[in-house]
Amino acid sequence: MELIEVPLHAVAHSRAGDKGNRGNMSLMPYDPALYPLLAEQVTEARVLALFAHRGATRCMRYDLPLMHAFNFVIDDVLEGGVNGSLNLDGHGKSLSFRLLGLTVRVPPSAVARA
Amino acid sequence: MSDLFLVGNGAGFSGDRVDAPIPVVRTLVKRGLPAAMFFECLAERTIALAQIEKRRDPEAGYEPMLERLLEPILVNCARAGIPILGNFGAANPVAAARCVARLARRLGIPDLRIGVVTGDDVSGSIDLDSLMPHEADAGLDMSSWALVSANAYIGAAPLAEALARGAQVVVAGRTSDPSLAIAPLMHHFGWAENDWNNLALGAACGHLLECGSQVTGGVFWDPGFKDIPDPANIGFPIAEVSRDGGLLVTKAEDTGGAVDLRSVKEQLLYELHDPAAYLTPDVTMDITGVTLAPAGADRVALSGVRGHARPDRLKVTACYEGSWLGEGEVSVAGPNSLARARATADVLLQRVKQRGLGRRARADLIGISAVHDSDDGALWRSYDGPEPPEIRIRLAVESASRDDADQAAREALAMLCCGTAGTSGARWRVTPRILTRSFLVPRAMVPTEVRVLEARSWN
Repeated sequence: MELIEVPLHAVAHSRAGDKGNRGNMSLMPYDPALYPLLAEQVTEARVLALFAHRGATRCMRYDLPLMHAFNFVIDDVLEGGVNGSLNLDGHGKSLSFRLLGLTVRVPPSAVARA
Repeated sequence: MSDLFLVGNGAGFSGDRVDAPIPVVRTLVKRGLPAAMFFECLAERTIALAQIEKRRDPEAGYEPMLERLLEPILVNCARAGIPILGNFGAANPVAAARCVARLARRLGIPDLRIGVVTGDDVSGSIDLDSLMPHEADAGLDMSSWALVSANAYIGAAPLAEALARGAQVVVAGRTSDPSLAIAPLMHHFGWAENDWNNLALGAACGHLLECGSQVTGGVFWDPGFKDIPDPANIGFPIAEVSRDGGLLVTKAEDTGGAVDLRSVKEQLLYELHDPAAYLTPDVTMDITGVTLAPAGADRVALSGVRGHARPDRLKVTACYEGSWLGEGEVSVAGPNSLARARATADVLLQRVKQRGLGRRARADLIGISAVHDSDDGALWRSYDGPEPPEIRIRLAVESASRDDADQAAREALAMLCCGTAGTSGARWRVTPRILTRSFLVPRAMVPTEVRVLEARSWN
């Protein structure tokens, strides 16, 4: 099947949270059928690279197939965390939308359904 | 005892919408089932800011919106037998109890029983220097900082004890957020302190509700992608918990917002790390076996939450002060705004450096890259996209003294005359910085105390 490249935002949603200098981001496809495809394409290495400019040191992905959800936990991504950071967004709550900017290759029908 | 118990949430943080609890209580009263309300008002840093307030005024240091939050619901909750629990005591739970007592007397219910849980403040009782910091904080050097507050995250047991002693309002300082929901469930269903599966059900209930609207459409709605009705009036959440282990999330009637599979998933994973081991003082929650199912309009049922033994140690978060944040902003707009914004940022950073005003400085180009960027501006420095119509330049500096931070912030102001052509709209401010560090301490080092008195007796 022919695939098209889209930002994750077209097919999935996410929320970011913080604990100290560690951030987490959930990622859920709108269509559960896309779960295996995201599992294959949204790797720990790709997500870590998205936050390399902020000094992120490690990314762990926890898979929750029963809920069709992923949880990414990223160490040292918050430039000191809410209390240490000079960033306007010390909590890093906007970072879920950096993740949603990552591109994935999906069937065109997946976008239409979202 | 009923087989179904309702838990409503009235606030997800200090600063939440103060009119949110009203429809929640209205719904609980209408349904007529056994129920409790809880308020979560403490972020990591809130208690340090409250401690600073308490230093200034010994009767301050609790949730400043407490009276405003409780006034419209207190009489209705008391009449309907709906206890109210909250960590709105912050750094001064006893003063918060006196505030609730004054309110109750004013509203004509002087026999309202108010319970206070203390013991979370360990700043005078535990020598933090002798403890190992929590792993996520191990690298921070805090040697030049002054301790402002140190509070243990206490669990549900003392809150449940206050309820058992007849408290209709339970005022606490630092508790773990889910414990505020676990306590009334423990009390109602008689769960034992080692009934791990039921406690995990309570933890899931608390975790889903503790951020208020975040499970009913708040920080969820994304126009055109995840739309919700009436986002100006999002209904706060209500959970239905049954004796046989059922858990269902819904929301206040006749409100905006939405509860669906998507909003529940987002909140279930919020601030969660290993899904097999979410640590609370009461239980270790495991959501790896959770499945969700729609159960009607704005109703989602959860099943499969598992519990494991609680951690041996409690988390203590200490807050320190010792430096200042200076921030200043200016705007540029129109043709060549990108070049003018970049030059402005570089000049501001140069000024701070040559005057020796900060230990760390950062510039943001709001409209190009700010919240996603790094201290060194990696994203805006490499930006090669189109020029936006306007850009706001922000300088942020960490300084050792208030005066240095103020001088750094005023460098943005000075750009009104010294800046690039068309520089405008300067704003600047200075705020004290609070740093936090977490430790793990044995439970025996954190004894708690529960006092329950009628409103007429809290003086």
